[in-house]
Parts: sequence; structure tokens; C-alpha cells
Amino acid sequence: MFSFIASRVLQAIPVMLAVALISFAMFAYVGDPIAIMLGQDFTEAQRARLVEELGLDQPFWVQFAHFIVNAIQGEFGLSYRLSRPVAQLIGERAPATLELAFCAAFLALLVGVPMGVYTGLYRHSWLSRFFLTFSLIGVSLPTFLIGILLILIFSVWLGLLPSFGRGDVVQLGWWSTGFLTLSGIKALILPSITLGLFQLTLIMRLVRAEMLEVLRTDYIKFARARGLSNRAVNFGHALKNTLVPVITIVGLQLGALIAFAIVTETVFQWPGMGLLFIQSVGAADIPVMAAYLMMIAAVFVGINLIVDLLYYAVDPRLRVGRGGH
Amino acid sequence: MEAALRRVFDSDLWWSFTRSPVVVLSAVVALVCILGALLAPLIAPHNPFDLASLNLSDAFKPPAWDAEGEGLYPLGTDDQGRDVLSAIMYGARVSLLVGFSATIFAMLLGVLVGLLAGYGGGFSDAVLMRIADIQLTFPSILIALLVDGVVRAALPREVHDQIALFVVIFAIGISEWPKFARTVRGSTLVERNKEYVQAARVIGVPSWRIMLSHVLPNVLGPVLVVATLNLALAILSEATLSFLGVGVPPTQPSLGTLIRIGNDFLMSGEWWITIFPGVALIVMVLSVNLLGDWLRDALNPKLR
Repeated sequence: MFSFIASRVLQAIPVMLAVALISFAMFAYVGDPIAIMLGQDFTEAQRARLVEELGLDQPFWVQFAHFIVNAIQGEFGLSYRLSRPVAQLIGERAPATLELAFCAAFLALLVGVPMGVYTGLYRHSWLSRFFLTFSLIGVSLPTFLIGILLILIFSVWLGLLPSFGRGDVVQLGWWSTGFLTLSGIKALILPSITLGLFQLTLIMRLVRAEMLEVLRTDYIKFARARGLSNRAVNFGHALKNTLVPVITIVGLQLGALIAFAIVTETVFQWPGMGLLFIQSVGAADIPVMAAYLMMIAAVFVGINLIVDLLYYAVDPRLRVGRGGH
Repeated sequence: MEAALRRVFDSDLWWSFTRSPVVVLSAVVALVCILGALLAPLIAPHNPFDLASLNLSDAFKPPAWDAEGEGLYPLGTDDQGRDVLSAIMYGARVSLLVGFSATIFAMLLGVLVGLLAGYGGGFSDAVLMRIADIQLTFPSILIALLVDGVVRAALPREVHDQIALFVVIFAIGISEWPKFARTVRGSTLVERNKEYVQAARVIGVPSWRIMLSHVLPNVLGPVLVVATLNLALAILSEATLSFLGVGVPPTQPSLGTLIRIGNDFLMSGEWWITIFPGVALIVMVLSVNLLGDWLRDALNPKLR
């Protein structure tokens, strides 16, 4: 058990170091921080002092070590574009993105799992065929087009829901939430559907495939032979065993959700981290890009690690396999 | 020539192609898209880049079947009075150009890395595949965005504007090479231990020649499948980047650029400016995707 966890953590460290190296290389070699910070007129003495203050005269590896120490403390310097601390900028935008990603994941699970169970149980009904066709569309439509179509239908033609922004938000300490006002909740609906639709179809197809697989196994036949009700067999026995891979995929997709929030946030002008990132790419704002990259990498590596450990906890075969061979 | 044609029509691939109407239909649609894009200067009803022919009084005309539409502009016009259909045909040229180039770039890089890793083995294999694994953890659109952003920051503005098209191709290509590398490496590992490779090695053929002229032709089947599916993905990535405003330059609008520009007029009800390029994009991507799925199944002997 301990060696398994240790080996997974050890695997995660070089990945984070590699990403940190790329981020640092962006800092060090792209653009000239001195010219950006001093502006047009400066003396050689000013320049030399700043170089020393920033530690730019130190060897590469020493600078890299400083960068990592700062990054661990959440210190990424000032944004070139907005002249404010990067950590503060990201901290302000994080609640918007996280609430959006949470709603999208919640929606995908809440709708995707029942749809998957239904299509798995009643394979040939017309409703199942409809769901499957619908999922094919969900997979091949690009995210931004889904958003545009939803805006066209629900904002422009029907005038029911807002097409941009978060609505009114309530400040709870440093966290700003849209859950507590009506306009905030209304503003969440369209972006959540846009972001969650792809995951929804993915979960539906996965649950369907797993259900078909599990329903063929002997223990399901045996449960039926014992005279258990359909409901007990389908939900108590079958669905329970399909959930292991579903949990894995959902976990892994959480990271993708945060990444694809970039597109959704652009369509709906949602004031989150993705919109900040895309504005930074457009303005070549390296510190924000580097910080965002490090943060996304940490999220991905963290989720991968947790999923690996969950697998170990859920699937006894992993444990037996290690001892046996 | 006749013999070659007969070989094509007698092959298993052609047989399985003609058996599925969906596949034939998507091939036809894909062909129409590609021809429409290639021949745009010849067959497009208007030239959207010819400023002299634009007439502002024709701006915001709805599609032809609408009561206010005109037969001259079948899919309506945009804010400058440009014909939407012609803009789509010219935009598809850019989308397809970037899609094909990025896929070929990713393929060359991925095949090279895959051959080196699979045939070379050992340390280089471990390092190259570890890099590919790390990159595969992140969604490819994120990698493309990041590469695009770094190049944008590294180059002066004027230089970047001139080579923006190549930057997008590079960014998308870099984001997609690991899939090719993994596929080629897997097949190379199998081929490496076969007798014809051992025979070639025994008679002293140099490694690079074994890789290129003996192993490579035998691993190209799966590469073709990955390339087709990746073409659809590359077109989508380009559209997404351009929609986000960091893709191709506005002087060469792609379908994604058209959708982004049209999006500004969505709220005022001029939906056709953004929806029709979107439909064109979906039709193109869907047909390529269906072709890729078919190719994967047709080249897989287990499914026959």
C-alpha cells in the first residue's frame, strides 16, 4: 500500500518539475522583463540594480530554484497587462470558473447516468435510439457552436435567459458566488449546459457500455434466478458495478472541464480564469500564462493521483496482482 | 492504368466502402466541401475580398428564402454586404489548409519519434514516450493555445502577423503528435522482431534504412486512420483558436473567424452570419469523422 502511493507520488513530481521548467523558460527567455519594468528611459546603473534585485545575474539553476520556491508559495510576480499580482488576479477569477465547472459536472452526472442506464436496459426502444443520436451530435459539435446555438434560441429568440456575464454575485469573504441570487442562477444555466454537454454524452455512452457488459455476467443471472426484483438487480447489483470506471472517467474529465471552460467563458463573457488566460494569450502576458499553466498542471496531476489512489482503494484485484506475481 | 484501377475496385477496402451508404454519403460530402473550397475563386458567386464589388446597401440581407432576401445572395450577407456563401467557401480554404498542414506536420513528427522510440528502444524510447505521455495528460487545445501564446510573445508583432498562419499550423501540429508517435511505436515494436527485419539487419542494411524503407511501409495503415480522425480534430482546433481570436489573422478569415465575427451580430437577430459558417464546419468535421471511423473498422482485420 505505502509503496504504491509512494511510487505514484514520485511519478507526479517529475511531471510538475517539467511543467515548471517550461513555465520558467517562458519567463526567462520570452520577452525582456527589464525593458518591460523600466519602460523607455533608464540608466545603466538602474538596469544593473534591477538585474541584481531580480536575481537575473544568477546561474540558470539558481533562478529556477527561486522560481519553484516562489511558485509553491503562489508568487508569480506582476501581470504585464494589468500590473497587478498574478496570484490576486487568478484568486479573484477562480470562484467563477469553479462554480461553472461544478455545475457542468453535476449536470453531466445527473442527466448522463440515468440516460446511460436507460439506454443500457432498453436497448431497442425508440427513446434509446433518440438518446444515442443526440449523443453523436453532442460529440461532434464544437463547444463554442453549442454555446452560440443556445444563446440564439434561449436569449435571442425566446428571451428567457441572459447571454453573458454572471448576473448578480454575493461576496462571501473572498469567494464570490452566483448561487444566492436569481439572476446569478439564471446566468449559470446556459454556460453549464454548454460546458457539460460533451461530458454528459461521454458519461451516457460509458454507463451504457458498462451496463451492457455487466448485465451479461453470471452474478446478474444468478440474482435474477434468486427472484430479486428487477429494480434490485438493475440498481443494486448492476449499476453499482458500473460506477467504478465512471468515477475514474469523471475524475479525469474534471480537469478537461476546467480547460474547456476557456471556450465557454469566451462565448458567454464569463469572468473566470479561462477568460483571463485567453486575454493574456492575446496580449502576450507571460506571468499570467505561466501561472495558469502551473495551476492547470497541478490540477491535472492532482486529479490523476487521486484517481489512481481511488482505483487502488476500489479495485481489490490491483492489490492481489501486486503480491501474487 | 487499367490494372491499377482494377486493383482498387477489387480490394477489400473498396468492397467495404460500397457496402455502407453512410460512408459513401460522407465521402461525397467531404469531396464537395474540399472541391468547393479549392475551386472557390472559380465557382464562388462573389469575391468577398474584392472591396470594389461590396455594396453597403446590401448589408444584413437575410437568406434568399426569407421574404426580404435576394436570390443574388443565397445565404444572406454580413455587415459589409459580403455574400455569406462566398465567405464560407473562401473560409473553408483556410480551415482545410490549416487542418491538412497541421495534420501532416504532426504526422511527420509523430512517425519519426515513434520509429526512433520503437526501433531504437532503451533510453530514447523511455524518454520520448514519457514526454508523449505527459503531453497526452493535457487536452490538445490547451497545448495549442499555449504554444500560440508563447510564439506570440516571442516574436515582434509585425513578424507575427506575417507568419500567423504558420504559427497556428505549428501550434496545432505540436499539440497532436503524441497520438501518431504512440501508434507508430506500438506497430514498430511488433515489426521489429519479424524475420524480414532480422534478415535485413543480418545482411548489414543500416538502421535508418531498415526503419524508413522496411518498417515504415508496414506501419502506415494505423497511421492513416489516426491521420483521418486527427484531420477532423485539427479543423476543430483551428476553428476554436480562431473563434477565441488567437488563430489565423483577420486578413485570411477561416470558418472559425467567420463564426467569431458573426457572433457579434447574433444578439441583434442576424443569425445567418454566424450559423451558416457553423453548419459548414459541422458538416465538414462530421463527414471526415465518419470516414475515419469507417477506415478504422475496415483496416482492422478482427472486425471483418
